[in-house]
Amino acid sequence: MQLVNWLKVACGAFSGMTRGDSVGGGQKAWFLPACRALRGAFSGVGRGDSFGGGQKAWFLPACRAVCGAFSGVERGRWGKVLAVLCLAGAPAIADVLPDDRADVLYHNYTGGGITIQGPSVLVRKKVGDNLSFTENYYEDLISSASIDVRLSASPYHETRKQESGSVDYLHGKTIYTAGYIHSREPDYKSDTAYFSISQSMFGDLTTVSMGYRRGWDNVYRDVKVAGVLQNDPTFHERADHRGYSVSVSQILTRNAILDVNFEAITDQGYLASPYRKIRYLDPTVAGKGFTLADQIYPNTRTSTATSAQFKYYLPWHAAVTGQYRFYNDTWGITGHTIEVDYTHPWRKFIFDGSLRYYLQNPANFYSDLFPRANYQNFMARDRELAAFHSIAIGLGGEWDFDFPWIRKKSSLNLHYNHLLINYSDFRDALLAGDGTYTAGNEPLYKLNANVLQLFWSLWF
Amino acid sequence: MGKILATALVMTGLLLAGCSPIQPWVKPYEREHFADPIMSFSRDPVSSSYLDHVFESREGSRGATGGVGGGCGCN
Repeated sequence: MQLVNWLKVACGAFSGMTRGDSVGGGQKAWFLPACRALRGAFSGVGRGDSFGGGQKAWFLPACRAVCGAFSGVERGRWGKVLAVLCLAGAPAIADVLPDDRADVLYHNYTGGGITIQGPSVLVRKKVGDNLSFTENYYEDLISSASIDVRLSASPYHETRKQESGSVDYLHGKTIYTAGYIHSREPDYKSDTAYFSISQSMFGDLTTVSMGYRRGWDNVYRDVKVAGVLQNDPTFHERADHRGYSVSVSQILTRNAILDVNFEAITDQGYLASPYRKIRYLDPTVAGKGFTLADQIYPNTRTSTATSAQFKYYLPWHAAVTGQYRFYNDTWGITGHTIEVDYTHPWRKFIFDGSLRYYLQNPANFYSDLFPRANYQNFMARDRELAAFHSIAIGLGGEWDFDFPWIRKKSSLNLHYNHLLINYSDFRDALLAGDGTYTAGNEPLYKLNANVLQLFWSLWF
Repeated sequence: MGKILATALVMTGLLLAGCSPIQPWVKPYEREHFADPIMSFSRDPVSSSYLDHVFESREGSRGATGGVGGGCGCN
Protein backbone atom coordinates (compact mmCIF):
# COMPACT_ATOMS: atom_id res chain seq x y z
CA MET A 1 0.00 0.00 0.00
CA GLN A 2 2.89 2.36 0.74
CA LEU A 3 4.07 2.01 -2.82
CA VAL A 4 0.64 2.78 -4.10
CA ASN A 5 0.48 5.90 -1.99
CA TRP A 6 3.90 6.89 -3.23
CA LEU A 7 2.74 6.60 -6.77
CA LYS A 8 -0.31 8.72 -6.03
CA VAL A 9 1.92 11.40 -4.56
CA ALA A 10 4.14 11.21 -7.61
CA CYS A 11 1.12 11.66 -9.83
CA GLY A 12 0.03 14.63 -7.78
CA ALA A 13 3.41 16.23 -8.28
CA PHE A 14 3.00 15.97 -11.99
CA SER A 15 -0.59 17.06 -12.04
CA GLY A 16 0.30 20.69 -12.42
CA MET A 17 2.15 19.94 -15.61
CA THR A 18 -0.54 17.83 -17.06
CA ARG A 19 -3.46 20.17 -16.65
CA GLY A 20 -4.97 20.59 -20.05
CA ASP A 21 -2.17 18.89 -21.82
CA SER A 22 0.32 16.12 -21.76
CA VAL A 23 3.73 16.50 -20.23
CA GLY A 24 6.74 17.24 -22.27
CA GLY A 25 8.66 14.56 -24.06
CA GLY A 26 11.37 14.58 -21.43
CA GLN A 27 9.23 13.50 -18.54
CA LYS A 28 7.27 11.13 -20.70
CA ALA A 29 10.45 9.44 -21.77
CA TRP A 30 11.41 8.37 -18.28
CA PHE A 31 8.03 8.02 -16.73
CA LEU A 32 6.47 5.62 -19.16
CA PRO A 33 9.17 2.97 -18.91
CA ALA A 34 9.19 3.45 -15.15
CA CYS A 35 5.49 2.94 -14.95
CA ARG A 36 5.67 -0.13 -17.16
CA ALA A 37 8.39 -1.46 -14.93
CA LEU A 38 6.25 -0.89 -11.88
CA ARG A 39 3.38 -2.66 -13.54
CA GLY A 40 5.62 -5.57 -14.32
CA ALA A 41 6.95 -5.63 -10.82
CA PHE A 42 3.55 -5.66 -9.26
CA SER A 43 2.27 -8.25 -11.67
CA GLY A 44 4.76 -10.52 -10.10
CA VAL A 45 4.07 -9.39 -6.57
CA GLY A 46 0.46 -10.55 -6.36
CA ARG A 47 1.93 -13.84 -5.33
CA GLY A 48 1.39 -13.57 -1.76
CA ASP A 49 3.85 -11.19 -0.27
CA SER A 50 2.93 -7.87 1.18
CA PHE A 51 1.11 -6.90 -1.96
CA GLY A 52 -1.94 -9.13 -1.95
CA GLY A 53 -4.17 -9.92 -4.85
CA GLY A 54 -6.77 -7.48 -3.63
CA GLN A 55 -4.53 -4.50 -3.89
CA LYS A 56 -3.14 -5.73 -7.14
CA ALA A 57 -6.56 -5.89 -8.63
CA TRP A 58 -7.08 -2.20 -8.31
CA PHE A 59 -3.51 -1.06 -8.46
CA LEU A 60 -2.74 -2.30 -11.94
CA PRO A 61 -5.63 -0.46 -13.57
CA ALA A 62 -4.70 2.63 -11.58
CA CYS A 63 -1.14 2.39 -12.79
CA ARG A 64 -2.31 2.06 -16.34
CA ALA A 65 -4.33 5.22 -15.84
CA VAL A 66 -1.26 7.01 -14.58
CA CYS A 67 0.67 5.89 -17.63
CA GLY A 68 -2.09 7.26 -19.76
CA ALA A 69 -1.93 10.58 -17.98
CA PHE A 70 1.72 10.98 -18.71
CA SER A 71 1.68 9.71 -22.22
CA GLY A 72 -0.64 12.35 -23.50
CA VAL A 73 -2.73 9.62 -25.00
CA GLU A 74 -5.06 9.36 -22.08
CA ARG A 75 -6.08 5.79 -22.05
CA GLY A 76 -9.23 5.34 -20.05
CA ARG A 77 -11.00 2.17 -19.44
CA TRP A 78 -13.57 2.71 -16.84
CA GLY A 79 -16.26 4.12 -19.00
CA LYS A 80 -16.66 0.93 -20.87
CA VAL A 81 -18.45 -1.18 -18.42
CA LEU A 82 -21.95 -1.46 -19.80
CA ALA A 83 -21.12 -1.54 -23.42
CA VAL A 84 -19.77 -4.97 -23.96
CA LEU A 85 -21.50 -6.00 -20.78
CA CYS A 86 -24.78 -5.35 -22.52
CA LEU A 87 -24.18 -8.31 -24.72
CA ALA A 88 -21.55 -10.34 -23.02
CA GLY A 89 -22.75 -9.94 -19.50
CA ALA A 90 -19.25 -9.10 -18.39
CA PRO A 91 -17.56 -5.85 -17.51
CA ALA A 92 -15.29 -4.54 -20.19
CA ILE A 93 -13.12 -1.52 -20.21
CA ALA A 94 -12.26 0.70 -23.11
CA ASP A 95 -8.74 -0.32 -23.93
CA VAL A 96 -8.14 -3.04 -21.39
CA LEU A 97 -9.45 -6.53 -21.78
CA PRO A 98 -11.35 -8.03 -18.86
CA ASP A 99 -9.34 -9.79 -16.14
CA ASP A 100 -8.63 -13.50 -16.33
CA ARG A 101 -10.94 -15.19 -13.88
CA ALA A 102 -12.87 -18.34 -13.09
CA ASP A 103 -16.18 -18.56 -11.26
CA VAL A 104 -18.06 -21.56 -9.98
CA LEU A 105 -21.59 -20.78 -8.84
CA TYR A 106 -24.40 -22.77 -7.30
CA HIS A 107 -27.84 -21.21 -7.58
CA ASN A 108 -31.12 -22.12 -5.98
CA TYR A 109 -34.54 -20.58 -6.59
CA THR A 110 -37.46 -21.75 -4.45
CA GLY A 111 -40.95 -20.31 -4.59
CA GLY A 112 -44.45 -20.79 -5.94
CA GLY A 113 -44.09 -24.56 -6.02
CA ILE A 114 -40.95 -24.41 -8.13
CA THR A 115 -37.39 -25.30 -7.29
CA ILE A 116 -34.69 -24.44 -9.81
CA GLN A 117 -31.10 -25.12 -8.94
CA GLY A 118 -27.85 -25.92 -10.61
CA PRO A 119 -24.31 -24.82 -11.38
CA SER A 120 -22.82 -22.10 -13.50
CA VAL A 121 -19.15 -22.11 -14.41
CA LEU A 122 -17.39 -19.24 -16.11
CA VAL A 123 -13.79 -19.07 -17.31
CA ARG A 124 -12.23 -16.04 -18.94
CA LYS A 125 -8.67 -16.07 -20.27
CA LYS A 126 -6.55 -13.67 -22.25
CA VAL A 127 -4.39 -14.90 -25.07
CA GLY A 128 -1.71 -12.36 -25.87
CA ASP A 129 -2.44 -8.67 -25.47
CA ASN A 130 -5.42 -8.38 -27.76
CA LEU A 131 -7.62 -11.42 -27.34
CA SER A 132 -9.74 -12.67 -24.50
CA PHE A 133 -11.94 -15.75 -24.50
CA THR A 134 -14.92 -16.41 -22.24
CA GLU A 135 -16.74 -19.68 -21.76
CA ASN A 136 -19.77 -20.31 -19.60
CA TYR A 137 -21.72 -23.43 -18.76
CA TYR A 138 -25.04 -23.01 -16.98
CA GLU A 139 -27.62 -25.53 -15.85
CA ASP A 140 -31.16 -25.32 -14.45
CA LEU A 141 -32.54 -28.41 -12.74
CA ILE A 142 -36.23 -27.63 -12.64
CA SER A 143 -38.81 -29.26 -10.43
CA SER A 144 -42.13 -27.58 -11.03
CA ALA A 145 -45.55 -27.80 -9.50
CA SER A 146 -46.39 -24.14 -10.06
CA ILE A 147 -49.91 -22.78 -10.01
CA ASP A 148 -49.96 -22.79 -13.84
CA VAL A 149 -48.76 -26.35 -14.05
CA ARG A 150 -51.26 -27.59 -11.48
CA LEU A 151 -54.10 -25.83 -13.29
CA SER A 152 -53.50 -27.03 -16.82
CA ALA A 153 -50.76 -29.68 -16.84
CA SER A 154 -48.96 -31.93 -14.39
CA PRO A 155 -45.86 -31.43 -12.24
CA TYR A 156 -42.62 -32.17 -14.03
CA HIS A 157 -38.84 -32.30 -13.70
CA GLU A 158 -36.51 -31.23 -16.46
CA THR A 159 -33.07 -29.84 -17.09
CA ARG A 160 -32.05 -26.81 -19.09
CA LYS A 161 -28.43 -26.59 -20.19
CA GLN A 162 -26.79 -23.54 -21.65
CA GLU A 163 -23.33 -23.16 -23.14
CA SER A 164 -21.94 -19.87 -24.29
CA GLY A 165 -18.65 -18.63 -25.63
CA SER A 166 -17.39 -15.23 -26.65
CA VAL A 167 -14.22 -13.57 -27.81
CA ASP A 168 -13.10 -9.99 -27.18
CA TYR A 169 -10.64 -8.41 -29.57
CA LEU A 170 -8.88 -5.23 -28.53
CA HIS A 171 -7.66 -2.88 -31.24
CA GLY A 172 -6.54 0.58 -30.12
CA LYS A 173 -9.37 2.04 -28.10
CA THR A 174 -11.91 -0.33 -29.53
CA ILE A 175 -13.11 -3.70 -28.31
CA TYR A 176 -14.93 -6.00 -30.69
CA THR A 177 -16.94 -8.79 -29.09
CA ALA A 178 -18.57 -11.75 -30.77
CA GLY A 179 -20.32 -14.59 -29.03
CA TYR A 180 -22.69 -17.50 -29.30
CA ILE A 181 -25.17 -19.02 -26.84
CA HIS A 182 -26.82 -22.41 -27.14
CA SER A 183 -29.57 -23.40 -24.74
CA ARG A 184 -31.52 -26.63 -24.71
CA GLU A 185 -34.22 -28.30 -22.70
CA PRO A 186 -36.40 -31.20 -23.79
CA ASP A 187 -39.08 -28.95 -25.28
CA TYR A 188 -37.16 -25.75 -26.10
CA LYS A 189 -33.98 -25.13 -28.04
CA SER A 190 -32.46 -21.73 -28.48
CA ASP A 191 -29.44 -20.32 -30.32
CA THR A 192 -28.25 -16.75 -30.11
CA ALA A 193 -25.38 -15.04 -31.90
CA TYR A 194 -24.24 -11.56 -30.97
CA PHE A 195 -21.73 -8.92 -31.86
CA SER A 196 -20.82 -5.64 -30.23
CA ILE A 197 -18.32 -2.86 -30.62
CA SER A 198 -17.17 -0.42 -27.95
CA GLN A 199 -15.18 2.74 -28.40
CA SER A 200 -13.85 5.12 -25.79
CA MET A 201 -13.57 8.81 -26.59
CA PHE A 202 -13.35 12.35 -25.19
CA GLY A 203 -10.30 11.66 -23.07
CA ASP A 204 -11.70 8.29 -22.16
CA LEU A 205 -14.44 9.87 -20.09
CA THR A 206 -17.02 8.48 -22.49
CA THR A 207 -17.49 5.02 -23.91
CA VAL A 208 -20.04 4.31 -26.59
CA SER A 209 -21.10 0.78 -27.45
CA MET A 210 -23.40 -0.74 -29.99
CA GLY A 211 -24.59 -4.31 -30.18
CA TYR A 212 -26.66 -6.59 -32.32
CA ARG A 213 -27.97 -10.03 -31.58
CA ARG A 214 -29.97 -12.61 -33.43
CA GLY A 215 -31.75 -15.58 -31.94
CA TRP A 216 -33.45 -18.67 -33.28
CA ASP A 217 -35.75 -20.76 -31.09
CA ASN A 218 -37.36 -24.13 -31.67
CA VAL A 219 -40.42 -24.75 -29.52
CA TYR A 220 -41.77 -28.24 -28.83
CA ARG A 221 -44.49 -29.62 -26.60
CA ASP A 222 -44.03 -32.64 -24.40
CA VAL A 223 -46.79 -35.19 -24.03
CA LYS A 224 -46.95 -38.40 -22.09
CA VAL A 225 -47.13 -41.47 -24.26
CA ALA A 226 -47.48 -44.75 -22.37
CA GLY A 227 -46.26 -42.97 -19.25
CA VAL A 228 -43.15 -41.61 -20.96
CA LEU A 229 -42.71 -37.91 -21.60
CA GLN A 230 -41.75 -37.15 -25.19
CA ASN A 231 -42.10 -34.46 -27.85
CA ASP A 232 -45.50 -34.24 -29.48
CA PRO A 233 -44.75 -35.09 -33.14
CA THR A 234 -47.60 -32.82 -34.28
CA PHE A 235 -46.21 -29.72 -32.59
CA HIS A 236 -43.08 -27.85 -33.65
CA GLU A 237 -42.96 -24.06 -33.79
CA ARG A 238 -40.22 -21.51 -34.33
CA ALA A 239 -39.45 -18.02 -33.12
CA ASP A 240 -36.84 -15.52 -34.27
CA HIS A 241 -35.45 -12.65 -32.24
CA ARG A 242 -33.40 -9.59 -33.06
CA GLY A 243 -31.90 -7.17 -30.56
CA TYR A 244 -30.24 -3.80 -31.06
CA SER A 245 -28.52 -2.01 -28.22
CA VAL A 246 -26.70 1.27 -27.66
CA SER A 247 -24.92 2.21 -24.47
CA VAL A 248 -23.12 5.30 -23.30
CA SER A 249 -20.95 5.25 -20.23
CA GLN A 250 -19.90 8.63 -18.89
CA ILE A 251 -17.54 9.55 -16.08
CA LEU A 252 -19.15 12.60 -14.52
CA THR A 253 -16.79 13.48 -11.70
CA ARG A 254 -13.91 11.76 -9.95
CA ASN A 255 -16.52 9.97 -7.82
CA ALA A 256 -19.49 9.50 -10.12
CA ILE A 257 -20.22 7.50 -13.25
CA LEU A 258 -23.40 7.26 -15.30
CA ASP A 259 -24.42 4.56 -17.77
CA VAL A 260 -27.35 4.96 -20.14
CA ASN A 261 -28.56 1.95 -22.13
CA PHE A 262 -31.13 1.51 -24.83
CA GLU A 263 -32.22 -1.79 -26.27
CA ALA A 264 -34.83 -2.63 -28.87
CA ILE A 265 -35.91 -6.23 -29.39
CA THR A 266 -38.18 -7.67 -32.04
CA ASP A 267 -39.65 -11.16 -32.04
CA GLN A 268 -41.44 -13.09 -34.71
CA GLY A 269 -42.98 -16.54 -34.55
CA TYR A 270 -44.53 -18.63 -31.80
CA LEU A 271 -44.26 -16.50 -28.67
CA ALA A 272 -46.63 -18.26 -26.27
CA SER A 273 -46.14 -21.14 -23.89
CA PRO A 274 -47.72 -24.29 -25.32
CA TYR A 275 -48.70 -25.50 -21.85
CA ARG A 276 -50.44 -22.53 -20.35
CA LYS A 277 -54.13 -21.87 -20.88
CA ILE A 278 -56.63 -19.07 -20.71
CA ARG A 279 -59.85 -19.56 -18.85
CA TYR A 280 -63.30 -18.23 -19.68
CA LEU A 281 -66.58 -18.17 -17.81
CA ASP A 282 -68.64 -21.26 -18.41
CA PRO A 283 -71.74 -21.67 -16.23
CA THR A 284 -72.21 -25.18 -17.59
CA VAL A 285 -69.20 -26.34 -15.58
CA ALA A 286 -70.57 -27.01 -12.13
CA GLY A 287 -68.41 -25.87 -9.25
CA LYS A 288 -65.47 -24.15 -10.92
CA GLY A 289 -67.54 -22.19 -13.39
CA PHE A 290 -64.80 -21.86 -16.02
CA THR A 291 -63.28 -23.76 -18.88
CA LEU A 292 -59.65 -23.78 -20.05
CA ALA A 293 -58.62 -23.10 -23.65
CA ASP A 294 -55.42 -22.55 -25.63
CA GLN A 295 -53.77 -19.15 -25.50
CA ILE A 296 -53.63 -17.15 -28.72
CA TYR A 297 -50.67 -14.79 -28.92
CA PRO A 298 -49.71 -12.31 -31.63
CA ASN A 299 -46.85 -13.57 -33.79
CA THR A 300 -44.82 -10.41 -33.42
CA ARG A 301 -43.59 -8.26 -30.59
CA THR A 302 -41.36 -5.21 -30.51
CA SER A 303 -40.07 -3.74 -27.29
CA THR A 304 -37.83 -0.90 -26.22
CA ALA A 305 -36.11 -0.50 -22.89
CA THR A 306 -34.12 2.46 -21.65
CA SER A 307 -32.16 2.34 -18.44
CA ALA A 308 -29.84 4.61 -16.50
CA GLN A 309 -27.42 3.55 -13.79
CA PHE A 310 -25.64 6.02 -11.58
CA LYS A 311 -22.85 5.03 -9.24
CA TYR A 312 -21.22 7.23 -6.64
CA TYR A 313 -18.10 6.63 -4.57
CA LEU A 314 -18.69 7.60 -0.96
CA PRO A 315 -15.97 9.23 1.17
CA TRP A 316 -15.81 6.33 3.65
CA HIS A 317 -14.83 3.85 0.90
CA ALA A 318 -18.26 2.59 -0.08
CA ALA A 319 -20.42 2.93 -3.16
CA VAL A 320 -24.08 3.58 -3.78
CA THR A 321 -25.89 2.80 -7.03
CA GLY A 322 -29.23 4.03 -8.32
CA GLN A 323 -30.91 2.46 -11.35
CA TYR A 324 -34.06 3.11 -13.30
CA ARG A 325 -35.43 1.34 -16.36
CA PHE A 326 -38.42 2.22 -18.48
CA TYR A 327 -39.90 -0.46 -20.70
CA ASN A 328 -42.75 -0.61 -23.19
CA ASP A 329 -43.77 -2.85 -26.06
CA THR A 330 -46.32 -3.35 -28.80
CA TRP A 331 -48.33 -5.66 -26.55
CA GLY A 332 -49.18 -2.70 -24.36
CA ILE A 333 -46.93 -3.57 -21.45
CA THR A 334 -45.24 -0.71 -19.67
CA GLY A 335 -42.75 -1.50 -16.93
CA HIS A 336 -40.80 0.57 -14.42
CA THR A 337 -37.81 -0.82 -12.52
CA ILE A 338 -36.14 1.09 -9.71
CA GLU A 339 -33.18 -0.25 -7.77
CA VAL A 340 -30.83 1.07 -5.11
CA ASP A 341 -27.65 -0.80 -4.14
CA TYR A 342 -25.11 -0.15 -1.44
CA THR A 343 -21.64 -1.71 -1.29
CA HIS A 344 -19.46 -1.52 1.78
CA PRO A 345 -16.00 -3.08 2.11
CA TRP A 346 -14.70 -3.95 5.55
CA ARG A 347 -11.28 -5.50 6.01
CA LYS A 348 -11.26 -8.58 3.76
CA PHE A 349 -15.01 -8.51 3.25
CA ILE A 350 -17.37 -6.68 0.93
CA PHE A 351 -21.01 -6.42 1.90
CA ASP A 352 -23.83 -5.63 -0.50
CA GLY A 353 -27.44 -4.65 0.05
CA SER A 354 -30.06 -3.97 -2.60
CA LEU A 355 -33.68 -2.98 -2.87
CA ARG A 356 -35.51 -3.41 -6.17
CA TYR A 357 -39.04 -2.32 -7.01
CA TYR A 358 -40.80 -3.30 -10.22
CA LEU A 359 -44.19 -2.24 -11.56
CA GLN A 360 -45.96 -3.23 -14.78
CA ASN A 361 -49.37 -2.95 -16.37
CA PRO A 362 -50.93 -5.82 -18.31
CA ALA A 363 -50.70 -6.71 -21.98
CA ASN A 364 -53.68 -5.60 -24.09
CA PHE A 365 -54.82 -9.16 -24.66
CA TYR A 366 -54.32 -10.41 -21.10
CA SER A 367 -57.23 -11.36 -18.88
CA ASP A 368 -57.46 -13.56 -15.83
CA LEU A 369 -60.94 -14.66 -16.88
CA PHE A 370 -62.42 -14.02 -20.31
CA PRO A 371 -66.23 -13.56 -20.50
CA ARG A 372 -66.67 -16.31 -23.07
CA ALA A 373 -64.86 -18.56 -25.54
CA ASN A 374 -63.28 -16.85 -28.56
CA TYR A 375 -63.86 -13.51 -26.90
CA GLN A 376 -61.19 -11.71 -28.95
CA ASN A 377 -58.47 -12.40 -31.52
CA PHE A 378 -55.62 -12.65 -29.04
CA MET A 379 -56.02 -14.04 -25.56
CA ALA A 380 -53.44 -14.76 -22.87
CA ARG A 381 -53.32 -15.60 -19.19
CA ASP A 382 -49.57 -15.81 -18.67
CA ARG A 383 -48.98 -14.10 -15.37
CA GLU A 384 -45.80 -12.51 -16.77
CA LEU A 385 -48.20 -10.40 -18.85
CA ALA A 386 -50.48 -9.51 -15.91
CA ALA A 387 -50.47 -6.30 -13.90
CA PHE A 388 -48.32 -6.62 -10.81
CA HIS A 389 -45.68 -5.01 -8.67
CA SER A 390 -42.79 -6.74 -6.98
CA ILE A 391 -40.18 -6.04 -4.36
CA ALA A 392 -36.83 -7.78 -4.15
CA ILE A 393 -34.49 -7.38 -1.20
CA GLY A 394 -30.94 -8.58 -1.57
CA LEU A 395 -28.04 -9.15 0.81
CA GLY A 396 -24.60 -10.32 -0.14
CA GLY A 397 -21.24 -10.98 1.41
CA GLU A 398 -17.82 -11.51 -0.18
CA TRP A 399 -14.72 -12.76 1.57
CA ASP A 400 -11.45 -12.08 -0.24
CA PHE A 401 -8.46 -14.28 0.36
CA ASP A 402 -5.32 -15.46 -1.34
CA PHE A 403 -5.90 -18.89 -2.78
CA PRO A 404 -3.47 -21.35 -1.18
CA TRP A 405 -0.58 -22.77 -3.20
CA ILE A 406 -0.96 -20.53 -6.21
CA ARG A 407 -1.32 -17.35 -4.10
CA LYS A 408 -3.82 -15.66 -6.35
CA LYS A 409 -6.71 -13.41 -5.43
CA SER A 410 -9.80 -15.40 -4.69
CA SER A 411 -13.19 -14.78 -3.11
CA LEU A 412 -16.06 -16.70 -1.60
CA ASN A 413 -19.49 -15.16 -2.02
CA LEU A 414 -22.95 -15.71 -0.61
CA HIS A 415 -25.90 -13.76 -2.01
CA TYR A 416 -29.51 -14.00 -0.92
CA ASN A 417 -32.54 -12.32 -2.51
CA HIS A 418 -36.13 -12.44 -1.41
CA LEU A 419 -38.70 -11.77 -4.10
CA LEU A 420 -42.31 -10.85 -3.43
CA ILE A 421 -44.72 -10.45 -6.34
CA ASN A 422 -48.22 -9.07 -5.79
CA TYR A 423 -50.45 -9.67 -8.81
CA SER A 424 -53.28 -7.20 -9.40
CA ASP A 425 -55.31 -9.27 -11.86
CA PHE A 426 -54.11 -12.84 -11.63
CA ARG A 427 -56.19 -14.96 -9.29
CA ASP A 428 -55.61 -18.31 -7.68
CA ALA A 429 -57.91 -20.28 -10.00
CA LEU A 430 -57.17 -23.49 -8.11
CA LEU A 431 -59.48 -22.26 -5.37
CA ALA A 432 -62.52 -21.82 -7.63
CA GLY A 433 -65.32 -24.22 -6.85
CA ASP A 434 -64.04 -25.16 -3.40
CA GLY A 435 -67.28 -23.97 -1.84
CA THR A 436 -65.91 -20.58 -0.85
CA TYR A 437 -64.89 -18.98 -4.11
CA THR A 438 -66.39 -18.82 -7.56
CA ALA A 439 -64.65 -18.08 -10.83
CA GLY A 440 -63.39 -14.53 -10.84
CA ASN A 441 -63.71 -14.06 -7.07
CA GLU A 442 -60.71 -16.06 -5.92
CA PRO A 443 -58.02 -14.23 -3.93
CA LEU A 444 -55.29 -12.54 -5.92
CA TYR A 445 -52.18 -14.64 -6.28
CA LYS A 446 -48.95 -13.75 -4.49
CA LEU A 447 -45.54 -15.22 -5.09
CA ASN A 448 -42.83 -15.43 -2.45
CA ALA A 449 -39.49 -16.72 -3.62
CA ASN A 450 -36.02 -17.14 -2.17
CA VAL A 451 -32.99 -16.89 -4.42
CA LEU A 452 -29.65 -18.11 -3.17
CA GLN A 453 -26.24 -17.91 -4.82
CA LEU A 454 -23.04 -19.37 -3.48
CA PHE A 455 -19.99 -18.88 -5.64
CA TRP A 456 -16.24 -18.94 -5.63
CA SER A 457 -14.10 -16.72 -7.84
CA LEU A 458 -10.45 -16.89 -8.72
CA TRP A 459 -8.38 -14.29 -10.59
CA PHE A 460 -5.32 -15.71 -12.26
CA MET B 1 -35.88 39.78 -35.13
CA GLY B 2 -34.29 39.81 -31.70
CA LYS B 3 -35.24 36.19 -31.15
CA ILE B 4 -33.76 35.16 -34.48
CA LEU B 5 -30.53 36.98 -33.69
CA ALA B 6 -30.31 35.41 -30.23
CA THR B 7 -30.95 31.95 -31.66
CA ALA B 8 -28.31 32.50 -34.36
CA LEU B 9 -25.79 33.59 -31.74
CA VAL B 10 -26.48 30.56 -29.57
CA MET B 11 -26.25 28.21 -32.55
CA THR B 12 -23.01 29.82 -33.70
CA GLY B 13 -21.59 29.46 -30.21
CA LEU B 14 -22.51 25.79 -30.09
CA LEU B 15 -21.00 25.18 -33.51
CA LEU B 16 -17.78 26.92 -32.57
CA ALA B 17 -17.63 24.99 -29.32
CA GLY B 18 -17.86 21.81 -31.36
CA CYS B 19 -14.69 22.78 -33.23
CA SER B 20 -12.47 22.87 -30.14
CA PRO B 21 -11.17 19.62 -28.71
CA ILE B 22 -12.93 18.49 -25.55
CA GLN B 23 -10.67 18.64 -22.54
CA PRO B 24 -11.35 15.83 -20.08
CA TRP B 25 -12.54 17.42 -16.86
CA VAL B 26 -11.60 14.34 -14.84
CA LYS B 27 -7.95 13.59 -15.44
CA PRO B 28 -6.81 9.99 -15.64
CA TYR B 29 -4.86 10.33 -12.40
CA GLU B 30 -8.10 11.45 -10.71
CA ARG B 31 -9.91 8.27 -11.64
CA GLU B 32 -8.49 5.91 -9.08
CA HIS B 33 -11.90 5.32 -7.51
CA PHE B 34 -13.15 3.81 -10.75
CA ALA B 35 -10.44 1.18 -10.55
CA ASP B 36 -11.85 -0.01 -7.23
CA PRO B 37 -13.97 -3.14 -7.76
CA ILE B 38 -16.83 -1.66 -5.72
CA MET B 39 -17.31 0.91 -8.50
CA SER B 40 -17.99 -1.75 -11.10
CA PHE B 41 -21.60 -2.05 -12.24
CA SER B 42 -21.13 -5.78 -12.58
CA ARG B 43 -18.50 -6.94 -10.12
CA ASP B 44 -19.41 -10.61 -10.57
CA PRO B 45 -20.76 -11.21 -14.08
CA VAL B 46 -21.78 -14.81 -13.45
CA SER B 47 -23.93 -13.70 -10.53
CA SER B 48 -25.51 -10.62 -12.10
CA SER B 49 -26.43 -12.44 -15.32
CA TYR B 50 -28.10 -15.17 -13.23
CA LEU B 51 -30.13 -12.63 -11.28
CA ASP B 52 -31.13 -10.84 -14.50
CA HIS B 53 -32.42 -14.18 -15.77
CA VAL B 54 -34.44 -14.73 -12.57
CA PHE B 55 -36.22 -11.40 -12.99
CA GLU B 56 -36.61 -11.54 -16.77
CA SER B 57 -38.29 -14.95 -16.59
CA ARG B 58 -40.99 -13.57 -14.32
CA GLU B 59 -41.61 -10.12 -15.74
CA GLY B 60 -42.95 -8.70 -18.97
CA SER B 61 -40.03 -6.29 -19.27
CA ARG B 62 -36.76 -7.24 -20.89
CA GLY B 63 -33.61 -5.66 -22.22
CA ALA B 64 -31.20 -2.88 -21.27
CA THR B 65 -29.99 -4.83 -18.25
CA GLY B 66 -26.71 -6.15 -19.55
CA GLY B 67 -27.24 -9.79 -20.35
CA VAL B 68 -28.18 -12.21 -23.05
CA GLY B 69 -29.93 -15.44 -22.29
CA GLY B 70 -31.54 -18.29 -24.07
CA GLY B 71 -34.33 -20.70 -23.42
CA CYS B 72 -37.24 -20.31 -21.12
CA GLY B 73 -36.96 -21.97 -17.71
CA CYS B 74 -40.04 -19.98 -16.78
CA ASN B 75 -42.75 -22.43 -15.79
